[in-house]
Amino acid sequence: MPTRLSILIAEDNAADRMLLSTIVNRQGHRALTASNGLEAVMLFEQERPQLVLMDALMPVMDGFEAARRIKACAGESLVPIIFLTSLTESEALVRCLEAGDDFLAKPYNRVILEAKIRAMDRLRRLQDTVMRQRDLIAKHNEHLLTEQRVAKAVFDKVAHSGCLNAPNIRYLQSPFALFNGDLLLAAFKPSGGMHVLLGDFTGHGLPAAIGAMPLAEVFYGMTAKGFSMAEILREMNAKLKRILPVGVFCCATLLNLSFQRRVVEVWNGGLPDGYLYHTATGERTALVSRHLPLGVLESASFNDHYEVHPLALGDRLFLFSDGVLETCDRDGQLFGEERLQAVFEGQHPAERLFDEIQLALTAFRGEAQDDVSMIELSLIEEVGLTRPALAFSDSGLSSPLDWSASFEFRAQTLKRFNPLPFLLQLLLEVQGLRAQGGALYTVLAELYSNALEHGVLGLDSALKCNAEGFARYYQQRATRLAALEDGYVRFHLELVPQADGGRLRVRVEDSGCGFDVAGALDCTQLSAGLSGRGLRLVRQLTQHCEWSADGRGVSVEFCWSAQA
Amino acid sequence: MSISALPSNDGQELTIQIQGRFDFSAHQEFRDAYERVNLTPKRYVVDLKAATYLDSSALGMLLLLRDHAGGDHARISLVNCNPDVRKILSISNFEQLFQIG
Repeated sequence: MPTRLSILIAEDNAADRMLLSTIVNRQGHRALTASNGLEAVMLFEQERPQLVLMDALMPVMDGFEAARRIKACAGESLVPIIFLTSLTESEALVRCLEAGDDFLAKPYNRVILEAKIRAMDRLRRLQDTVMRQRDLIAKHNEHLLTEQRVAKAVFDKVAHSGCLNAPNIRYLQSPFALFNGDLLLAAFKPSGGMHVLLGDFTGHGLPAAIGAMPLAEVFYGMTAKGFSMAEILREMNAKLKRILPVGVFCCATLLNLSFQRRVVEVWNGGLPDGYLYHTATGERTALVSRHLPLGVLESASFNDHYEVHPLALGDRLFLFSDGVLETCDRDGQLFGEERLQAVFEGQHPAERLFDEIQLALTAFRGEAQDDVSMIELSLIEEVGLTRPALAFSDSGLSSPLDWSASFEFRAQTLKRFNPLPFLLQLLLEVQGLRAQGGALYTVLAELYSNALEHGVLGLDSALKCNAEGFARYYQQRATRLAALEDGYVRFHLELVPQADGGRLRVRVEDSGCGFDVAGALDCTQLSAGLSGRGLRLVRQLTQHCEWSADGRGVSVEFCWSAQA
Repeated sequence: MSISALPSNDGQELTIQIQGRFDFSAHQEFRDAYERVNLTPKRYVVDLKAATYLDSSALGMLLLLRDHAGGDHARISLVNCNPDVRKILSISNFEQLFQIG
């Protein structure tokens, strides 16, 4: 059944007014009548009729002016105006259509008028529906944006607990990067180095953000606890595989940058080539994707092999999300690999490269980038970095102080398990040691890798004399570790309270055949090469350090005073 | 973009042909191509000859197909990849999961 409408009839001829009212009433609508334009406008304002039949020519105010005012008053809702006219020349009829929505020529035909009213009513209701839907969409959209703002605020807390503001890092990321699927994380390791992750989730919006949260938590949590890159990768992959639906994954590059050892470890699963730029020579090494993205493979098939590259001071690492290569110009051409290479070839000073890449992108696209993530890391002297204090979750009041423990980690364990986070967690229960957490970790890590690599695995650090040997060294390490059948590394920890503090003694022994202690120490005094930094470091960081004569054991001491 | 599925005469192999951009908009059509066929093929061939572009959503869809076809036991080959498509597959190291020809 058609809706009952109230219809305003503006007509100066009383007979016509009567006739129209009758037709309208008979059709079941309510008729309001006005005898000129001004009356019509006033009546419209009072009664808000849904449709208007408007005579074109009237005294006081003509129909065109009245129509203009009524339209203005009606605003967004459509009040159809049908002009009633005896004019016949096309110019006048066009004018009626411009000011109103339709016209009806005098003399009136009842059937046509009724049909026009029905047609205009359909139009009116259509406009109503469109407006209602528009408002609904706007409301939903606003709701969605609010949710995204909240999600982003939470995410920023999670993701930006890191060290992206460190002086050796520069990065570019769109303000709503989270919602285009890009993720950039950086954190100091307890040993002083830095982990950096650039990730790119399939898709964008909330699904990407939902995966990014646990990824960031694993990255920061495990980095802070001293887990190695391989362990973090395995955990991130396993977690994403568990929680993400099939078909959603995260292309990522993870870097482990060590300032002391001057190396970078690189794992790239699915991101475009990053680059290691050697500042001295201008050469660059591509950091190529060799793995499936995170979250694709079951844990058992996941491959955590990474590449190790030596670095010199001032060398730079660049990582890019695929948004960089896929930046389009106005003709839909992609920025592409070659243009990126051309920037590197452009003889710019190393410290300008990041800006030059950015400039090239802007010049290519002609406007600011909004779906591009890139990061530059440089190897600087570690003293240039201020590190945030380690955060602990308890008040530190319960602090065990008088105990000793020994651990022996044997071949099957050494193959797969990194004992350092485990030992560090135990030792950091001792409040006095927390201030030295970084040094403690570094020393334990150095002693452990010496014991494992030179002792148990019998690797010769002389291999690390150049970049090629360096790579061979890490190849051999992996092969020998995989084949390891026996051997051990022992840790003896002893904590003793002292008058104004305490003392930790750590003894590390291995099953290797020992080494020429005196020779090695002499050598480290002289060498500025790629090996030998470890021993020097251990001596700098501990209060007391002593190798056993056969080179199979070492003991170091950390002391602290209660006031520290 | 259009996707068609052609079973082999013996019903052992299903060839899915992709034309145009292979991206998120192809999601439903791609799933229909292997879910709405009344046969259980042993092998799948995804023919990318007419595919002009492939993005990470498309990679996700390929993983869904792989899951549907038996995960690690799936036998899926991606054929006729143009250099751009091949590059994307190789950056993602999908040759570890699919036969790429």
